[in-house]
Amino acid sequence: MRHIISILMENESGALSRVAGLFSARGYNIESLTVAPTEDASLSRLTLVTSGSDRVVEQITKQLNKLIDVVKLIDLVENEHIEREISLIKVRATGAGRDEISRLVEIFRGRIVDVTDTSFTIEMTGSCGKIDAFLKAVPNDSIIEVVRSGVLGIARGEKGLRL
Amino acid sequence: MELTGADILVKALADEGVEYLFGYPGGAALHIYDALYRQDKVKHILARHEQGAGHAADGFARSSGKPGVVLVTSGPGVTNVVTPVATAHMDSIPMVIITAQVPSHLIGDDAFQEVDAIGITRPCVKHNFLVKDVRDLAATIKKAFYVATSGRQGPVVVDIPKDITAEKTEYVYPKSISMRSYQPVTEGHSGQIRKAVQLLLDAKRPVIYSGGGIISANCSDKLTELVRLLGYPCTNTLMGLGAFPADDPLFVGMLGMHGTYEANLTMHECDVMLCLGARFDDRVTGDTNKFSPYAKIIHVDIDPSSISKTISADIPVVGSVDVILDEMIRQIKESGRKPDAEELQKWWQQIDGWRKVDCLAYDHDSEIIKPQFVIQKLYETTQGDAFVTSDVGQHQMFAAQYYKFNEPRRWINSGGLGTMGFGLPAAMGVQFAHPDATVACVTGDGSIQMCLQELSTCKQYDLPLNIINLNNRYLGMVRQWQEFFYDRRYSNSYMDALPDLVKLAEGYGHVGIKIEKPADVEGALKEALSDKSRLYFLDFITDQTENVYPMIAAGKGHHEMHLSPRNGDDDDERELA
Ligand SMILES: Cc1cc2nc3c(=O)[nH]c(=O)nc-3n(C[C@H](O)[C@H](O)[C@H](O)COP(=O)(O)OP(=O)(O)OC[C@H]3O[C@@H](n4cnc5c(N)ncnc54)[C@H](O)[C@@H]3O)c2cc1C
Ligand SMILES: Cc1ncc(C[n+]2csc(CCOP(=O)(O)OP(=O)(O)O)c2C)c(N)n1
Ligand SMILES: [Mg+2]
Repeated sequence: MRHIISILMENESGALSRVAGLFSARGYNIESLTVAPTEDASLSRLTLVTSGSDRVVEQITKQLNKLIDVVKLIDLVENEHIEREISLIKVRATGAGRDEISRLVEIFRGRIVDVTDTSFTIEMTGSCGKIDAFLKAVPNDSIIEVVRSGVLGIARGEKGLRL
Repeated sequence: MELTGADILVKALADEGVEYLFGYPGGAALHIYDALYRQDKVKHILARHEQGAGHAADGFARSSGKPGVVLVTSGPGVTNVVTPVATAHMDSIPMVIITAQVPSHLIGDDAFQEVDAIGITRPCVKHNFLVKDVRDLAATIKKAFYVATSGRQGPVVVDIPKDITAEKTEYVYPKSISMRSYQPVTEGHSGQIRKAVQLLLDAKRPVIYSGGGIISANCSDKLTELVRLLGYPCTNTLMGLGAFPADDPLFVGMLGMHGTYEANLTMHECDVMLCLGARFDDRVTGDTNKFSPYAKIIHVDIDPSSISKTISADIPVVGSVDVILDEMIRQIKESGRKPDAEELQKWWQQIDGWRKVDCLAYDHDSEIIKPQFVIQKLYETTQGDAFVTSDVGQHQMFAAQYYKFNEPRRWINSGGLGTMGFGLPAAMGVQFAHPDATVACVTGDGSIQMCLQELSTCKQYDLPLNIINLNNRYLGMVRQWQEFFYDRRYSNSYMDALPDLVKLAEGYGHVGIKIEKPADVEGALKEALSDKSRLYFLDFITDQTENVYPMIAAGKGHHEMHLSPRNGDDDDERELA
């Protein structure tokens, strides 16, 4: 099953390599990983998407918690949550294709953020599933480049992951 | 007054109560060595190789319970100490390893003797720190000792660039430290403990399986009290030997790959297992699908990630085993309940039947020295009152099986990493921690050559070690596997061109004795053990073909042990892999 693990970590140099090293050393998979400082400059927030059996994911959370720099973590999929990913997608757009792509972008509520005679650059935000669906809808041979941020997530409700 | 980083480091070590610092100098560490020279609180022990320094600090830690402290230079100093760091990490031994680093402004430039110490050690430490500002140095040292010695203990590396050791600041050593990201649990969940006690008292075929966690938590007295209170059989892992007295009738011996017949069958047939500070290592469980099929498992461990890692626990209890043992004993006493005496008696009858197989029997009439015989004589001659370190191989298993450890911290060996070369330097550390004690290092002709240079350190510091070399002219453990599983194709397991170890020992300024006949074993041991002023290198020429029994082959269960030919092989269950 797919899990989204959200981690608060001391903002020390090398903190990220401890997480990445743990995953490679123990053979866990990482589907995506995003890192950025938080409103408290001494903390970083990591959002990590992984998958595995319950037993493996239990070990993953235990091993992450064991890292000395990890302050707190939660598995977002255990409860109601919101997840978002942002993507920047450059497509070839000429002739009749231009209209078709603009329509698709509208249907998926994306935005065209850069235009040339032969291409569009589209910004698309949403769940991973939505971005996947958009990429499927666009004719495959028109895609020039896809850049995805990896997943961000937050729990629904008033509670937050904080100190 | 402002002090240099180097002086601050040395003062901090002194304030931390560090008596011995095991190390080896080099360019990036020179300011620190200069600071050491100008004081006399922290005594520096000069090893002959950083690996020796690391294992010596480790042996000091294992035998004393205090953290072992190491100092090495940058680059090759760091890479040489990685093996001891990993060795300590696998066995959860508290150590603080100071690695000197090239000056801050050169980091990342492929500077002379630069390696990424943080990166190289990251997977084999509990934690590591890079000191970037001299004002953080004292607090970082405090944190390093705190992390190393609390929770599940382990090695911590502190990497200090050379410029930091020259810069100055005020020295203030924090009295205490707290870290928001690291707060190890000690107390167990009381509801879980209550459930565990119920299950334990309801058991018909119980077993108590304990390990290194008991040693680490210094609570073998509490373990002993619990086991005796219940009258249940107790088995120890290789790392737990001495946690429960080996000469107590309730002790069924070590379990696992080379554990006793009675310990492994007790594990296999039990209905309730209480695991205390042990981690269901693959050398212990054998095939996990065949592991203790009838057992409800209670697992007490301070590290949540040890629980249900390889074997699922029915009742997990996270916390320090000393605190939890107290609580269990209290609840059992309060309940006024006793185990079912009739069932327990039946269970012991069954266990005694397994004991009668006498799985550790060996040939006492041999013309050639049997390795088991040497260990048995070592045990008798020292009256069980020695510290015994070992290297890795058959000799290690013989020492574990035939020396009866009645006290914790007497048996010092590398279990998790299985590091050949550990025994001799570890014995040095033990002797520093216990200057008046008898220290024996049981080793093999292969292992001893991996840190042999430390004989020179032993001379410099007058360490009267007793080196018991079980010389079978083979990498015996490898040979044994090749005999069993590779149709006797002895690929590269023969030790051709062995040096004259007696002369070598003499060359280093020690006493060397070669012993070739069983009749001379005891005399040589007595001679060595009675002389507390010199190191004796006893080179016992032992049976080349001896194997370690019992043995559970890979993929087999506890009930599928391979016994010694001496035990006969009439029982179907004890099949050979
Ligand atoms: C050649 C060779 C053969 C071997 N054969 C065998 C064999 O036959 N049998 C055998 O047993 N081993 C054998 N080993 C050793 C084996 O590899 C493991 O090192 C050993 O089994 C682990 O012991 P342990 O489970 O006690 O764990 P340790 O490594 O000692 O770990 C201790 C456990 O206790 C926990 N702990 C620590 N402190 C506390 C505390 N305060 N409170 C609660 N819990 C705590 C830790 O989190 C950890 O889970 C062999 C090794 C070699 C090299
Ligand atoms: C550093 C290291 N390299 C290789 C091994 C693999 N190994 C395990 S036991 C062994 C043989 C040890 O030979 P010896 O020290 O003579 O002991 P014996 O088994 O003969 O008693 C080897 C090579 C190891 N454990 N450690
Ligand atoms: Mg040998």
